[in-house]
Amino acid sequence: MTELIEIKNLHKSFGANHVLRGIDFTVSQGEVVCVIGPSGSGKSTLLRCVNLLEQPEEGQVFVRGEDITDRDCHLDDARKHIGMVFQQFNLFPHLNVLANCTIAQTTVLKRSAAEAEQVARANLDRVGLNDKVTAYPAQLSGGQQQRVAIARALSMDPAVMLFDEPTSALDPELVGDVLTVMRKLALDGMTMLVVTHEMAFAREVADRVVFMDEGVIVEQGPPAEVIGNPSHERTRVFLKRVLDPTHVEPS
Amino acid sequence: MSSANVEPRDAEPRTGLSPRQRSQRSRAIQYAILVVIVLVAAFTANWGQIATVFFKPSLIKSAFESGLPTAFLKTIEYTIGAFVIGLLGGTLLALMRLSSVGPYRWLATIYIEFFRGLPAIVVFVAFSLLPLAFANLVIPFDPYGTVWSALGIVSAAYMAEVIRAGIQAVPKGQLEAARSLGMPLGLATRKIVLPQAFRIVLPPLANDLILLVKDSSLVFIIGTSAGDFELTGFGRDLANTESNLTPLVTAGFCYLIITLPLGLLVRRLEAKAARAR
Repeated sequence: MTELIEIKNLHKSFGANHVLRGIDFTVSQGEVVCVIGPSGSGKSTLLRCVNLLEQPEEGQVFVRGEDITDRDCHLDDARKHIGMVFQQFNLFPHLNVLANCTIAQTTVLKRSAAEAEQVARANLDRVGLNDKVTAYPAQLSGGQQQRVAIARALSMDPAVMLFDEPTSALDPELVGDVLTVMRKLALDGMTMLVVTHEMAFAREVADRVVFMDEGVIVEQGPPAEVIGNPSHERTRVFLKRVLDPTHVEPS
Repeated sequence: MSSANVEPRDAEPRTGLSPRQRSQRSRAIQYAILVVIVLVAAFTANWGQIATVFFKPSLIKSAFESGLPTAFLKTIEYTIGAFVIGLLGGTLLALMRLSSVGPYRWLATIYIEFFRGLPAIVVFVAFSLLPLAFANLVIPFDPYGTVWSALGIVSAAYMAEVIRAGIQAVPKGQLEAARSLGMPLGLATRKIVLPQAFRIVLPPLANDLILLVKDSSLVFIIGTSAGDFELTGFGRDLANTESNLTPLVTAGFCYLIITLPLGLLVRRLEAKAARAR
């Protein structure tokens, strides 16, 4: 199987709210896929189903060929290979930057403290924060915290990285730092699934853009098509609201 | 928006005192009452007798010589042991209350509601009667074992609720982040959730410690022997034999030596927690 992630007929509801209504989609090795769409369209839920932070009611999620929706699947083993970056960073506030990046390495991967530190430092270097090793999360800016969160996920040597609106909680001038790190990651060949509102990033970095609305994938394809020349009316309306927000008819 | 020729809103002229004058007068009355009470107390009380009954210097001295320091130490030993038992038991109960296994939740709830609702003194009376009811019962480390169990059983119920609240106050994203790194639930709880939960509940836990210091005075109900007296038992015993309250007052001040710094610590911790937010 060449597909790193394969999702089949995925359904998820929160109470009466049917958030995902039958999603079929795949991500190949080395591919960068951006998921865009209005809020409430289910894109974050879809992402959280890929490492089973949300339990879908129906359908299957294959990661590296393993069905993680199987109830006998070794989920913790599968999650080792799926890096996740959250909108709210979710760094561990009681641990310093280095310990944030080593704790799962030593406890889950059973790496030695020395090896874990070496890996962590290499990844902090990668996100440009090797001088913040002893700082605590509260002492860092939002952009720095998010880059530490990326380094923390990378330290597990994941096969795929999931990004859940990684820049949505950041001050505008800090967004660029995080997006630059993500772009370099993509250039290095990392497989990435990114839920984002950053159209410039999606257009430049993504191999494929997926537009979701009301729990279904409306259209997907190369960014030049989906963002540059969308074929569906719903995509056009959404993109107009996002790209030209000062000339929107209030709905 | 200012204008020179605006009519006053209500045409009726105001009469009587202004609010400032009224509050001044109210404060003057309060001070006057205080002065009267102090003067009456000063002239009617028999200060000489009060001094000899409550603060007799020779008895303060003999209290220090006849084992007050030992009693002070016992109070601290009883408290610390009970705190450790309460903390461990409370953590276990808190995790049980949040367990996905129903019976664990029910058991923890029953325990907590039972021992929170029960006066601590009832538990102590029960422990004092245990050796009568079970002739062969041996509680290890006597009298410490008995005291620690009795105090710890009650405080575990209180601490369990505090710790449960602390665990639930840790943002959901923390557990999600830990699980997304492949940590199993138990590991994530130990390494990520509990350390943060204890940081959050440090001030209320220190408060529970102060309560424990005071509750350790209930130990005399168990019927400890003279050598194992803590502060209250010691002060009561000596006050009885001397027919004078001075030993009890001295013991009382010893509690303040423990609880006042702890109270200060709680306030410090609370201020620190407030800053961290």
